Amino acid sequence: MKYTAVRVWALLLVSLGLGIGYYKVTVSGLPVTPEQETEIWTVQAKLNFVGNGGPAILDLYLPSVLPGYVKLDEDFISKGFGLALQDERDNRKAQWAVRRAKGFNTLYYRITVTESVNDNVWKSRPAFPRAPDYPEPYATAIRSILDDARSESADVISYTDELLQQMNASSPNENVELLRNRAMNTEQWVQELINVLKGVRIPARTLWGLRIKDAGNHMQLEPMLQVHNGEHWITFDPLSSVRGLPKHFFPWKTGDKPLYNLTGGTEAEVSFSVVRSYQAQLDIARKNLAQKDSFLSKFSLFSLPVQSQNTCRLLLMVPIGAMIVVLMRTVVGISTFGTFMPVLIALAFRETQLLWGLGLFTLIVAIGLMIRFYLERLMLLLVPRLTSILIIVVILMLLISLLSNQFESERMLSVALFPMVILAMTIERMSIAWEESGGREAMVQGSGSLLVAVLGYLAMTSEQLMYLMFVFPELLLVLLGISLWLGRYNGYRLVELYRFKSLKQGGL
Amino acid sequence: MALFISPRRLKASGILGINQRNANYIMRYNPRRLFPLVDNKLKTKQLAIEQGIAVPPLLAVVEIQHQIKALRGFLDKHEDFVIKPAHGSGGNGILVITGRYGQNFRKANGDLIGIDAIAHHVSNTLSGMYSLSGFSDQALIEYRVKFDPFFERMSYQGVPDIRVIVFRGVPVAAMVRLPTRESDGKANLHQGAMGIGINIATGISCGGVYRNSDCIIHPDTGESTENIQIPHWDAILRLAISCADTVGLGYLGVDIVLDKTRGPLMLELNARPGLNVQLANGIGLCHRLAKVAEMKPLPDALDARLDLALDLARQAV
Repeated sequence: MKYTAVRVWALLLVSLGLGIGYYKVTVSGLPVTPEQETEIWTVQAKLNFVGNGGPAILDLYLPSVLPGYVKLDEDFISKGFGLALQDERDNRKAQWAVRRAKGFNTLYYRITVTESVNDNVWKSRPAFPRAPDYPEPYATAIRSILDDARSESADVISYTDELLQQMNASSPNENVELLRNRAMNTEQWVQELINVLKGVRIPARTLWGLRIKDAGNHMQLEPMLQVHNGEHWITFDPLSSVRGLPKHFFPWKTGDKPLYNLTGGTEAEVSFSVVRSYQAQLDIARKNLAQKDSFLSKFSLFSLPVQSQNTCRLLLMVPIGAMIVVLMRTVVGISTFGTFMPVLIALAFRETQLLWGLGLFTLIVAIGLMIRFYLERLMLLLVPRLTSILIIVVILMLLISLLSNQFESERMLSVALFPMVILAMTIERMSIAWEESGGREAMVQGSGSLLVAVLGYLAMTSEQLMYLMFVFPELLLVLLGISLWLGRYNGYRLVELYRFKSLKQGGL
Repeated sequence: MALFISPRRLKASGILGINQRNANYIMRYNPRRLFPLVDNKLKTKQLAIEQGIAVPPLLAVVEIQHQIKALRGFLDKHEDFVIKPAHGSGGNGILVITGRYGQNFRKANGDLIGIDAIAHHVSNTLSGMYSLSGFSDQALIEYRVKFDPFFERMSYQGVPDIRVIVFRGVPVAAMVRLPTRESDGKANLHQGAMGIGINIATGISCGGVYRNSDCIIHPDTGESTENIQIPHWDAILRLAISCADTVGLGYLGVDIVLDKTRGPLMLELNARPGLNVQLANGIGLCHRLAKVAEMKPLPDALDARLDLALDLARQAV
């Protein structure tokens, strides 16, 4: 039966629309309300050096692999310097060069990121290290530690876990004590751990990163231990033994090479600062989408020029207004003059504001009706009569504009935005309804139209709905599905529940 | 009384809603190509005359503005007549002239109207003022029905008519529509006419509705509208069935008037009959419609379907 076809189509369209929307929300993090904001971090590296007067080259490692972060933006502020970027396994390097570096120079590198769930990982595969020949007395100590750890573990991860437990124990044995005394700081401690791990041929390296916090100045990179289990690099905190990247740890570089390297200058110094700010989630999601260069981003309405965007915003709200009309007429049963007349009136209300719009509309229709009643006595033919009403409506609109100009009222000037043909037809239809079904019926239909127009206006100006329709235009499919379904709605209208309220009970 | 009836109770009473009527009956049983047959009263009338169905005789048809001049002379020869638009709806644009008063004509409500005003009315009609789509229209001038004295005591002006709902050629419900002062002589319920339910099986009136509430006394004449035997009931049902057979619409409203001398006449047909007949009868249409819809082949013979209708109505009582 056709009814099944309608249901299938409606279901298909609704689920397709919602499905695309859901995909966009989950994949690119497009927010579903306009106000949602997200934390973004701006991390800045500032480099100072004093040039020798000759050519200078400055290498600096830059953040490359960012698990848990999305890069929104990055820029380099380096006046007069040439800049080259270069990828180097899991790292990225910037090289600034200048022919003549004299006196005090400052370079900046700035990156803006936001935290997000993603699958960024370090991809490099290390070679297995050769077991070193440890000098005594360390060799005995290390061998003993390794044996202890091995007896309690199954794989690289659990082995490293166990080793770190031992090495960081609060009451360490003399072997660990021996190694601890050798390490003066965390960096050396990580080196020590790497060295020990070499004894069982586990590849390990240092990961340098920043513990970002709001308004952090003069921050330093901190070392972490990373081991490779044959598939992934796994990060451990070298002091607390905790596995995994800590929250708010921003990875900068891996390996032991120095962060920067300067030739042709002295007194080089790098300092990091971090600022937290908030940005509309929508902007972030769009940048995110654009960076992935995905199909969806190209078909986003945001890719249109701003002027067309505004046209689309309006265009997308018309189906919402029409949906209100459908609901009001089919489900509630309110009668209106003309099917989509309320939508057009509601569109005009958008420009004039609600109360002014209502006032002006009522004013013009009321005056127009009075004149129309007089025209009735002149017995005019239909089309000339309609034209006369149209001209009268235009005259009324001009008069109101002139008057409002006298009173310097901006709002009343907006009367020009009313669709005059719609006004003229409303006057004509209302007067015919008045003649034939009485003033009461005419008023009922007139106020029905206005009520639907006001509801349409409220829906069409809802920030939330405007936002949703613009960011998720696939919701049009949902609206189409609903209207198809309503096309076969055969339940009672709300007004019928009122109309048949006096029905005698016990009837068939 | 509560402001609303619950949808469940309404459904239990078998009330047909507008949405359901449109989706399940009009869309399914009334092919769109047949609509012009009933929407154009001239076509309806010509078809009916061809098929020998009793209708008020057609005096003249005005098709173009130019003919209005000749109309003045033509109308001068007539005492009484009715002017109606071929594409009118809801009784709009119908002008009933009951007699002459010197140069002027007398309308059904007693007001006098000049020939100029009549010409203007016809001109408006031709320009499509009363037609549903606003396209240019024709004006029909026809015999004014002198209604049966039976209705005289309880009707206030205008012509009372009998509406029969015929589904698949089987009359399923009927009501009498009495004009009131409020309805300005029109027999349309939403314009304020009174509706009286009629038992299909017997032709006897039961209850009534005025302005959407129960009413058994005519608001203007004060006459009781209960337990009245409608005359010519059998002929009325037969007329309704043959109308449905002629136009081929499955869900049809047939408006019938009783003329003093000519008996039951078909006034007009309606492809989208309203639902007020349910209020007038105090019962819903759904159950009967469903029963008729279930019967696969319906008998061809008119008598057989008349019996079927009577059976259905008796079962319901």
